[in-house]
Amino acid sequence: MAIKTQPVTVNLGPQHPSTHGVFRLRVMFDGEEIVDVEPVFGYLHRGSEKLAEERTYTQIVTLTDRMDYVSPMLNNQAYMLAVEKLAGIEPTQRGVWLRMIAAELQRIASHLVATGFLLQDLGALGTPLIYAMRERENILDLFEMLCGARITNSYLRPGGVFMDAPTGFWLALDRELVDIVNTLDELEEYLSGNEIVFSRTKGTAVLAPELLINASITGPMLRASGVDWDLRHRNPYDYYDRIEFKRILHTASDNYARYWVRVQEARESVNIIRQCVAQIEPGPVRPSFDDVPRLIRPPKGDAYVAIEGSKGELGFYLVSDGGIAPYRMHVRAPSLINLTLLRDMLIGGLFGDLFVSFGSVDLNMGEVDR
Amino acid sequence: MTTPWSGAALAEAIEAFAPGSTDKSHGGDVWLKPEAAFMVCEGLKSRPEFKFDLLSSVTAVDYIDHFEVVYHLTSLPKNASAVLKIRVGLGRTDAVVPSVVPIWRGADYQEREVWDLMGVRFKGHPNHKRIMLWEGFPGHPLRKDYVTYDQSIVASLAPDDGAYAAGSETAVELGTAGSQPAPGAGAEA
Repeated sequence: MAIKTQPVTVNLGPQHPSTHGVFRLRVMFDGEEIVDVEPVFGYLHRGSEKLAEERTYTQIVTLTDRMDYVSPMLNNQAYMLAVEKLAGIEPTQRGVWLRMIAAELQRIASHLVATGFLLQDLGALGTPLIYAMRERENILDLFEMLCGARITNSYLRPGGVFMDAPTGFWLALDRELVDIVNTLDELEEYLSGNEIVFSRTKGTAVLAPELLINASITGPMLRASGVDWDLRHRNPYDYYDRIEFKRILHTASDNYARYWVRVQEARESVNIIRQCVAQIEPGPVRPSFDDVPRLIRPPKGDAYVAIEGSKGELGFYLVSDGGIAPYRMHVRAPSLINLTLLRDMLIGGLFGDLFVSFGSVDLNMGEVDR
Repeated sequence: MTTPWSGAALAEAIEAFAPGSTDKSHGGDVWLKPEAAFMVCEGLKSRPEFKFDLLSSVTAVDYIDHFEVVYHLTSLPKNASAVLKIRVGLGRTDAVVPSVVPIWRGADYQEREVWDLMGVRFKGHPNHKRIMLWEGFPGHPLRKDYVTYDQSIVASLAPDDGAYAAGSETAVELGTAGSQPAPGAGAEA
């Protein structure tokens, strides 16, 4: 006898532990199957773009920390590159190397968080998340040595960074790089070949590469579908043209591929940091105040700069009217745009896969809502 | 390195397949006529000389006397980039541009964000709703004449109309509590 079912609409969130922040999904279920999905966001909207119009170019760094709060260093970097392009500032060599090291450490930290929470969503309560977060804490300790803050870094300044690394930093960094590789080995040893992880993530939420490109999706999600698009390689900013690194690609474009790409990219970041440390030389970490004054007044015009953030193409569009504050600032937030295909990922799937697919997007609500 | 199209070269290439669709070009930017924008975008995506398959960013700027919608395009196969701009809403009248969602799905949330915060309409958008703020929110906060909550309180505390009289819970509707002077004289793009 066939059982008659009736579609039920359920609100997941905004206060749900698996929504990675305050995010609401209005989902219509037919039994276990997802029939319709409507994402609702804006709970964390703080009007950062409006706030930026009333702050000087250096003050805005603090706003960028609070956008994607899992990778503030990368936000700082994208914003500073946009300011430098707009104002024509030439950064100092040591400043650039230091911010590249900070950015790559941040990428590892962000990928660790993404991986840890993905496994938490899979039902592996506690252990993998704690392993990942433990290593992230050590990276945050390094940030504390660099700038005194763990999350709200505001480490970068126009033309470089605000302070040189303390002497103890380099030894601590050396040790940490070994630790990161060990943690990644440890995580992979019992996850990358784990039968439960396989059966839950392989073949779920598969997205075609053409569809991903059409929906402007970038970052690890795009590379997990086999598209070789990494802005560090295709449009090198800072000194990425002096670095050799592997581009991590996977062709399956499912939840497993997205998890795998992130773990391997974290490994590759260790390799990049080692090359940065080998090439860094003593010198000023930012231009003198005679070259770059405390109060910048970029000439009239606009500039758009995008970097390879931890989630995808992270871009800043700045418009200057010649004043001390930007006339308009816009953030191209990868977290928001990577959600475009959420309906395609979820509809037709099962309730049990919902949060796994959602977690594999790796979004940050601070960046979605800004 | 990604090769940016120069404005003049891109305008010429666009004129070759869509005559009379561009307004002007300057630096790296091309200004399109709003009525021709959809057709041009279709050509930029499909034609072999452009192949702009990825729409990086859609945003808008309020220049007091008009709005400017800005598109940043990227071509993965050619590793090239281009900037398109459309001037709409001259004299702050109804600002409408064609939606490019049928061409690039990546425009979906971005156009909704522009509508929500800047008040530019996208004709043909499949789900033309607010995205960050709730339906019924008064005004569009990123407009230069938007009166913020603190400004509305300051205005309500003006000695003439009695202290604390007009303080409202939400942002005051456009223009009701005095207008905010625009910073600077308005940037020329």
